[in-house]
Amino acid sequence: MSSKRNMIALKSILYKEINRFMRIWVQTLVPPAITISLYFVIFGELIGSRIGQMGGFDYMSFIVPGLIMMSVITNSYSNVASSFFSAKWQRNVEEMLVAPVPNWVIVAGYVGGGMARGILVGAIVTLVSLLFVDIQIHNIWVIIATVTLTSATFALGGLINAIFAGSFDDISIIPTFILTPLTYLGGVFYSISLLPEFWQGVSQINPIVYMVNAFRYGFLGISDVSLTLAFSVLGAFIIILYVIAMTLITKGIGLRS
Amino acid sequence: MDNALEISGLKKVYKGGFTALKGIDLIVKQGDFFALLGPNGAGKSTTIGIITSLVNKSAGSVKVFGHDIDKELEKAKSFLGLVPQEFNFNQFETLLTILVNQAGYYGVERPLAFQRAEKYLKQLDLWEKRNDAGRMLSGGMKRRLMIARALMHEPQMLILDEPTAGVDIELRRSMWEFLRELNQQGITIILTTHYLEEAEMLCRNIAIIDSGVIVEDTDMKSLLSKLDQETIVLDIDKITEAPKLDEFTTRLIDDHTLEVDVKKSQLVNHVFSQLSAKNINVHSMRNKSNRLEELFVSLVGSGQNVNQESK
Repeated sequence: MSSKRNMIALKSILYKEINRFMRIWVQTLVPPAITISLYFVIFGELIGSRIGQMGGFDYMSFIVPGLIMMSVITNSYSNVASSFFSAKWQRNVEEMLVAPVPNWVIVAGYVGGGMARGILVGAIVTLVSLLFVDIQIHNIWVIIATVTLTSATFALGGLINAIFAGSFDDISIIPTFILTPLTYLGGVFYSISLLPEFWQGVSQINPIVYMVNAFRYGFLGISDVSLTLAFSVLGAFIIILYVIAMTLITKGIGLRS
Repeated sequence: MDNALEISGLKKVYKGGFTALKGIDLIVKQGDFFALLGPNGAGKSTTIGIITSLVNKSAGSVKVFGHDIDKELEKAKSFLGLVPQEFNFNQFETLLTILVNQAGYYGVERPLAFQRAEKYLKQLDLWEKRNDAGRMLSGGMKRRLMIARALMHEPQMLILDEPTAGVDIELRRSMWEFLRELNQQGITIILTTHYLEEAEMLCRNIAIIDSGVIVEDTDMKSLLSKLDQETIVLDIDKITEAPKLDEFTTRLIDDHTLEVDVKKSQLVNHVFSQLSAKNINVHSMRNKSNRLEELFVSLVGSGQNVNQESK
């Protein structure tokens, strides 16, 4: 009985979350398509044509997986961060807190909503990229696994950010000062093998390097890191972030006085 | 009959050291219409917050229909419906979405949730607004929306924290009627309110909380019987000074208004007969204040004393 109730509650949160970003699609789904088009025009067509090949592929083909992954990361993170913080701010998070909804259902519902937006935006960006480049697929299962795990990782990150956030400014600090630099330094636009040895070592501690490279492997069959290591890092991040999110919600940090 | 709510030794100390509840005990019987009264900051909302798990308690126990919130929180929550003091729904969602999602959190399937949403929106006169966003509603409509939302899972106990605050008198009376009907259907209702008339008209039992201490916990009739004096206000023919009446204290408020203190053991008839004898005509009569209000003021005063003694 309670498992059926939990499933209905989970579906309700997912419905609410997906309905939220679909309702404001001009703010949530259109901007990534425009941004990515600009990346393709500037980095792919204008600058990329002068760069030549990277990793054995023309520059445009090389950056496509990274750009898709960048959209997935940004959108899965910001969806949960803004939605959960907004629910805290409007206090409608109390609708769930007073109901017999287990904490794992709340976490799964919000993370699922963030994943849905991340994956949908990823699909839109992929379609846009088809206008600029022929996309090849090396291993579809690696693509699906990477995008699923990456969106879950950053949706969990966005949830933790929202739990701690005390104002709308607080949910833009992490994306601006941590997420964007890590993404740009995560091998979206270059192969980390081009870096001096020291900076290659530093890049190993950037989790986004593993996500971008695993994703690129799914499309092009090339990667700067081993797939086993990449999926291990993703798995470890999901477990750690899930435990943190559950602990925070169970203790009621930022939610219960 | 089982107790709908059992609170024992409930304490709450907020971060920073403020003690909101100092170990209260409270029992609400199943099917009761119960008033929890107290001045601002007395601990009413903290108590409700703990019962509904929005506030973490510092000590004590809470049982909802026999289910301890420490051991069977989800079970306890399933009995409860909450109408909070502040508007806490998503302002951008439509009324139907708000209600159907809320039902979903309690495991109500969507087709049934839509049926219930229609039922309660119609009963609370909000059906025409079902596709409007919450922010488009007036204050009274928002209050009714929160009542509808609290009923979506058909709870056995409804807790209303100041449900009629800022609601005009006509709407307030229709809400009272709606709540009475719910109570007659067997739903236990706990109400906090600033309108003491509301508590007197609706509730059978009452607790008064002040500074985190329950200063009175009894039935409404017993409480009102403690009132040993009422003040009546008479609209009279023009006079220049207060008439002296045997056994009654009188005060002339203005040249047409007379106040008379009447003890419980005295008859109001004697006031009229003495005024008639003095050729003073009475045009109308009313109570100076709500009876419960007078008691409340006196009890809250004593509550402050309790508070001071316990420091």
